[in-house]
This record gives sequence, C-alpha cells and structure tokens, in this order.
Amino acid sequence: MTEQLVFELSKPGRRCLELPACDVPKAELSSLLPPGMLRDEIKGMPEVSEIDVVRHFTRLSKLNHGVDNGFYPLGSCTMKYNPKVNEDAARLPGFARIHPYQPEELAQGALELMYKTQEFLAEIGGMDGISLQPAAGAHGEYTGMIIIRAYHESKGEQRTKVIVPDSAHGTNPATAALCGYQVVQVKSDARGGVDVEALRQAMSGDVAALMLTNPNTLGLFDENITEIADLVHGGGGLLYYDGANANAIMGIARPGDMGFDVVHFNLHKTFSTPHGGGGPGSGPVGVKGFLEPFLPKPVVGFKEGKYFLDYDRPQSIGKVRSFYGNFGVVVKAYAYMIALGGAGLKAVSEHAVLNANYLMHKLKKDYHLPYGRICKHEFVITSRNQKGKGVHTLDIAKRLLDFGYHPPTIYFPLIVEEAMMIEPTETESRETLDEFIATMERIAREVEQNPELVWEAPHNTPVGRPDEAAAARKPVLSYLFCE
Amino acid sequence: MRYHPHTEADRKEMLAAMGMKSMQDLFADIPEKVRLARELNIPGPLSEQELVKHLGELSGKNANLADYVSFLGGGIYDHYVPSVINHLLLRPEFFTAYTPYQPEISQGTLTAIFEYQTLICRLTGMEVANASMYDGASALAEAVLMAGEAVKRKEILLSAAVHPECREVVKTYARGQGLAVAEVPFTGGITDLDALKAKLSGNTAAVVVQNPNFFGCIEPVLELGEAAHGQGALYITAVDPISLGILKAPGEYGADIVVGDGQALGNPTSYGGPHLGFMAAAAKLVRRMPGRIVGQAVDTRGQRAFVLTLQAREQHIRREKATSNICSNQALNALAATIYLCLLGKKGIRELAELCLQKAHYLAGKLAEVPGYRLAFSAPFFKEFVLKTPVTPALINQALLKDKILGGLDLGTFYPELAGHQMFAVTERRTRAEMDNLVAKLKDDIAAKSKDNVVAKPKDDVVAKPGGGRG
Repeated sequence: MTEQLVFELSKPGRRCLELPACDVPKAELSSLLPPGMLRDEIKGMPEVSEIDVVRHFTRLSKLNHGVDNGFYPLGSCTMKYNPKVNEDAARLPGFARIHPYQPEELAQGALELMYKTQEFLAEIGGMDGISLQPAAGAHGEYTGMIIIRAYHESKGEQRTKVIVPDSAHGTNPATAALCGYQVVQVKSDARGGVDVEALRQAMSGDVAALMLTNPNTLGLFDENITEIADLVHGGGGLLYYDGANANAIMGIARPGDMGFDVVHFNLHKTFSTPHGGGGPGSGPVGVKGFLEPFLPKPVVGFKEGKYFLDYDRPQSIGKVRSFYGNFGVVVKAYAYMIALGGAGLKAVSEHAVLNANYLMHKLKKDYHLPYGRICKHEFVITSRNQKGKGVHTLDIAKRLLDFGYHPPTIYFPLIVEEAMMIEPTETESRETLDEFIATMERIAREVEQNPELVWEAPHNTPVGRPDEAAAARKPVLSYLFCE
Repeated sequence: MRYHPHTEADRKEMLAAMGMKSMQDLFADIPEKVRLARELNIPGPLSEQELVKHLGELSGKNANLADYVSFLGGGIYDHYVPSVINHLLLRPEFFTAYTPYQPEISQGTLTAIFEYQTLICRLTGMEVANASMYDGASALAEAVLMAGEAVKRKEILLSAAVHPECREVVKTYARGQGLAVAEVPFTGGITDLDALKAKLSGNTAAVVVQNPNFFGCIEPVLELGEAAHGQGALYITAVDPISLGILKAPGEYGADIVVGDGQALGNPTSYGGPHLGFMAAAAKLVRRMPGRIVGQAVDTRGQRAFVLTLQAREQHIRREKATSNICSNQALNALAATIYLCLLGKKGIRELAELCLQKAHYLAGKLAEVPGYRLAFSAPFFKEFVLKTPVTPALINQALLKDKILGGLDLGTFYPELAGHQMFAVTERRTRAEMDNLVAKLKDDIAAKSKDNVVAKPKDDVVAKPGGGRG
C-alpha cells in the first residue's frame, strides 16, 4: 500500500496556517517592487487542511523503518539508539532559537558547549585542534583534505596524489578528487589490511596523504598501522583518518597515537545523534598541532573567562559552510558525551565490539566469512554458501525486510564479492542479537529448501522491489501536474 | 550502563560462547603501543536529571528569540515555525532512519523528498531539484563547480553583493577545481551591471548573483542573466525561498541553477544550523547535479514507489569520478521545509511574503525619519534593508539590548567600506508595536546619547560584536 502525494490531496480553496493580519499600513505592491518582478500565484502549491497534513505525514512515517522500530545493523553507519533527552536538549529555546549573529556576550552558553565539544573530540581523537564546521562526514573529509593541501602549499610543495586502499569508502576517492588530487589505489593484503609492500611502491614525493579507516570497512584493525604511518610520513605525506568507524576505538586507541594527522568524526554515528533519514549530520575535523593554523574559521576560543569566535586565523583554509556548522547536532553529541563520561564512552566501544564478534561467531556457521579474525565494531560475511541455489546477497537483504529488520550494508566493501557488512552497535541486547541470528539461520534454511521465497522477497513490506533501472532510464523527478 | 543493555551475565555468556575470557580479549589485535593506557578525560557520567539541569543552565546563558525582539537577518531569519512541524519531525520513523537505501521500508522518507523536490521546482520555477544539501553556502559552491564542468570554462564571476560567508565557501571549493573567482562590485546596493559586462568573456563559466541580495535589495535579474548568457556563461542565482511567494521565479528570468538557504522554511535559527540548502536546475543539467535525487518508479506489484535515482553520478558508484563527494542530504530539515510549505499552501506563501515586504517597508520608512538615519540604497528591497547610522551600529545595538532588542547587523564587520551601516531584517513575527518601540528607542535614547558621543568608541566589554565578525 502506498500513500497519495500531498498534491493529490489538494483541493482548491482549502488551507490551514493562519497568518497574523497585516498591522501596518499596506503600500501598493507596484510602489514597492520593480515592474515585472511581481509574481503570479504559484501553480501546484498544495491546498490542504492541517489535519490533511498531519495525517499525510503520519501515514508516510509508518512506511519507514527507523532504529526505534527495530534492529538496524547497517554496516559503517552505526545505527545506535538515539537518546530522547538529547532531542529535548537541542530544542531548548536557548539552543534552538538563537541567531548566529547575536553578540557573543549573549551566546556564552552555546560557545561554551562548542568549546567543550572541541576539547572532548580532541581528547578522543588524540588531536590538538577541532573544527565543528563541517556538516557531515563527507564534508569533514573534504575539510580535512584541503587542510592537508594548504599545509603542503605552505611549505611550497605541490603534491598531486592521494593514496586510498581498495577497501575505502567511496567518499574517500571522491573527496580527494574534489580537492584536485589524483587518486592512487592500493590493494589490501590477505589479512584484509593495507598491503604494506604495495603502499611502499605507491609512495613517492608526489603523495600528499594516505586516507585510511581503522578499523577498516571489513571491520578489521590494521595491525601494521604504525609501520604504515612511518612509511607515509617518511615520504613527506600525511595520514588522514576516516572516523566512520570510530565507534570501535573510543577510549581504547586514538588515531593521533596511531600516527594520524587529521581525523573527522561522524557525530551522527559515533555520538548517537539521529540520522534523520539522511541528515542532518555533523562531521567535525581534528588536527595535530602543526595543522591548527589551517582549520576553517572561526574556531571557538576561550580567553579571560570568555568564550569567543576566533576569526583571526590568517592561514585558515577559509570556510566550508556558513556560520559554525550544525550546532543543533553538536548539542546532542555533547549531551551524549557527558551523559556517559570517559569510562562510559570506552564501555560503548567495548560493547559494540562484543556484539559484533558475537554475531560474527554465530553467523559464520551458515554464511561465508572471508576474514576469520577478531573483528571490531562490524564484520563482513557473504552469500557464497548460498550461491549454488542462485540466491544473492540482495535477495537475503530483501528477505530480512519481511522479518522487520533493516538489512546490513550490501555489496560493500567492493573487494569482497556479495558482501554483507554487519554493524550491530552496543545498544542492542543479546536477545535482539539472538533473534537476528535465528532469522539469518532460518533464511539460510529457506535458501536450501525454498529459494523462490527468498528470490521474491520482500513479501510483506508496503511496496515490493521497485524497478530502479527503469526509473533511472526515464527519470521522473517531480510530480507531473495536469495543467 | 546508560545506553547499552548488557548485564554481567550477558557479557560472560557472550564471551564464553566465543571462547574468550575477558573484554580485553576482543582487542588483542590492537598493538600495545597504540593503546590508550589511561581513561579518557571527559567529565561524567551524569544521570538524565543532572544532564537536563546542566543543559538548562547552559542554554539559559544564551539570549533567545522567544525572549528578544530580533532584527537580525543575514541569511538566518526569525520566521514563525508552526507547531505541527516539530510534532511530525519527532515521529521516530522519520528521525531515527538512515538514508533510504532500502526503498521497500523507506517510502516515507522517499515520498517526502519527492514532494520536497516538487515544491522546490514550483517555488523556483525550475525543472529539477535535488534532495537538499548542507546549507545555502555549500549548495552555491557546488553549483559553481557544476557550472565549471558543464561549460568547460575556468572563471566564475561572483557578485560582491552575495552573502559574504557564501562567497568564502565558494572560493574554498573553487580552488580545488582550479576555478578562478573574480568579484563584481556593487553600486547603490545592487550588482554593477556595467562592471559585470566589462568582466564577462568567453572564459566565464558562470555569473553568480543573489536575489534579494545580501543587502536585501532586488537585483536587475533579467539584465544580469542576459549579460551572462550573452557570453555563453551559466546564470546562477541564490534566492530567499520566502521571497519567491511574491517575487518572480528564477526560472522565469533565465536562471540555469538556483540555490538557497532553506532555514526560513520551517527550521529554527539554531545558531546557524542544522538547516538545509536547496538546489534546482534546468533539466539538461540533471546528470551533473550533486547529491541525492529521488525519482518515481514502479514496484513488482505494479504500484508507484519512489527510489534514489541517477546514482551513477554518486561517490559510492563512481568513486573519484563522482560529481561530488556528498553522500547525504539534510533529509529531516528538508522534511520540515516540505511540511512548512504544505501548511502555508498556495495562499499562505503569498501572504507571508507580502507581510514581510509590507512590514519591512513600514519599518524602513519610520527609521528613515529618525534624525541622523537614512536609507543607504535606493534600490527596491524585500525584507531587509540597510541604514546609514549616525553612531556606530555597535553602540546602537548595545543600547537596544537593555530593552531586549537585537538590533540590525553591523555591516562594517563584513564590508569595511560599509562601516556605520546597519542592516535590519523584518519577518512576519515583528509586530507594529515592536517596530514602533524600536523607532522610539532610536529617537529618544540613542539620538540623545549620540549628541555627545558620536565618535566615542565603546569599551571592549560592551561592544555588541556580532558573531560573524571577520578577521
């Protein structure tokens, strides 16, 4: 069952929101606006009542699956529970209803919160300076990489290449290219880490940086990390840490201590802020001391008992976003961090890793596990054992929908054929994990006994599989009005 | 612990099931020398009750727009946010979901984005819109990159009357792609058309203007666009979505790419974020567009369904050849914008725009009558306008704070040549009484003070320095 569009619910003359009457003398529009700039009524805008709007969007919400609906083991996305109290916090008038240009004197609470968040993230990352300006993880990557570019330029060096492993998130090479770099891919070794020999050969004086996720997208910690760092630093390059997987390492190991020079965090992953159906996120960037002058402006400073926006940064890369970033998201992450404290954050990572290993251990009975060592917060299995029956990863993912689960990340990382990347997070109980394991076992049995059931899945979702190829061939990207 | 449900027995049994003895065994693969040998120095834990108290105190240190009467604008506006929006955003099925990768269980988000795209197309008069971007500034920067690729030229002409923060973001982004950005000066509050024509050439990839521009002035949008097209350049406009209730749509005056900040559409000011940027374009540019796009499809049961589409542009498929590295949108903020536009409806968007227009002109008229104040520009404006002030705006704003009024933006912090100029924003939230009160305060209090204090520099600690001050 699907929902009508709001345009189809519309009826001429119907309306809801009442605006206050105009309490000033009205001037003739022709005296206020230049000729030809006055617009006619906008065709196609909805005409609906308030209850139409409320019911329409309530019905739409019911067609969605969120963390509050059930298990959401989407690898590399850290779909943990989003604490409700943080939603209340971000909506306090003193946070939600403040203007970015109001005097700093009248925004001391906001600035203090930002300053402390900078400090906490620096502590977790083993970094010296933080910018909260990037609005998302990919935006943080972008910011971090132009900081690296600015650093090399400040030394009079024009380095042209960035190395990414073949297991990297797609954003890594896309970001490097957006910053004007040529992307060099290095392969992974048999244990799933960076192939150190291949890296050695790829290194040269042209290399600006290596972008790495650790633990990587296979959920594996790269044991050679210090050797890798030495290799890159030895060639004059810098190390960029993609913090998408930081939920595995809080309080356990810090990117700064591993040799990374720049990190980004995803507040919407590691620090529990909700994903919102695709945003808003927040992607703060941390740097070692020698890169601090290049951070975007402003950063929040503290001097003589007052917090302030520090724009006096002559070597800054400039700005990547207006104002100070996604402040409302930062409020939620700050609340999360102090609710847990240092020990609590470490416990988060420990339990995220416990849950992932437990699931991996149980699922490897039925599903092929390409890398059989301890994983961190996530792991990758495949549908190789099911291939003989003609069942693919996509089919298993779709069958999971019938049981009320969001499927794992599928077909990623690209280096594993028919991959299913599973990240349970720490907020799931053993009972939830056991139920999921039982469901995966059941699907494995179905593949053996009744593969059609799996091929044709999902069976009880609001819509079946949409024809995405046809949609892309003849794109319909907005409602076609009859006018 | 607070947000993870494991009991001691759970831990033991789970570890035992894997043949492990302690939690440390899970981290045997992390080399000793990179392990953190101490606890993280982060305060806490706090119980929920303690947390709420602390955050209440922290937020209480900020002046908020429920308590203050604000005339601040400059990209973030104090529009009324209807109650319905927050109630619907708090449906956990919306806010606890991820990007709609699995369309079968994401039709709520996907349908709402399809409606959002449709509404943005209608507002802007353009053919296609994406699913939203981080903010207006990064949307503008991405539009500039898109234009550079589309016309294969390397020079961008950017009006100096575009929001200063947006111009900074454009310059940051342009550098990576080797695009040269040149600014076109303004005269009388609007982009200098002759200066633009003089700078335009066969190397120009795009002309970028904002309408109404940073000063609130309405640009000669038709002539600017004709000049751009005359040299084969694309025409990019950044617009205030509320203004489109009454001002001609960019699609009607030849814009090729239209962007803007969507905060005004049902999102709280929130110290500048999160909100959304929107982007719309001519259909021929759709495959160069950055970001998520939702399209209509048909499912296996013959029903209409919505999916993420044209993904061949995107990073997870194309990696370094992607049109952008963006892999999200501001879905929840775009949902707020969608609900807001539905609540306003066809009549409401027009009425709202007219309220802003009328009230802004009322205040401008009254302020211009205050001795020593005059309108800085003669160009027509929408909901913001610039005044030349008899004393430094910082002093005026400081005096107004006593009455819980946030005065207009001090333009000297953005444009040194506009020191002594102040920009006032007026939304539908401002009542005649509030505006009359402002005028009275300026007349009596500040005018009196200014007689013997015209050039006096305020003490450091009383300077109401706007947060956006440049350095």
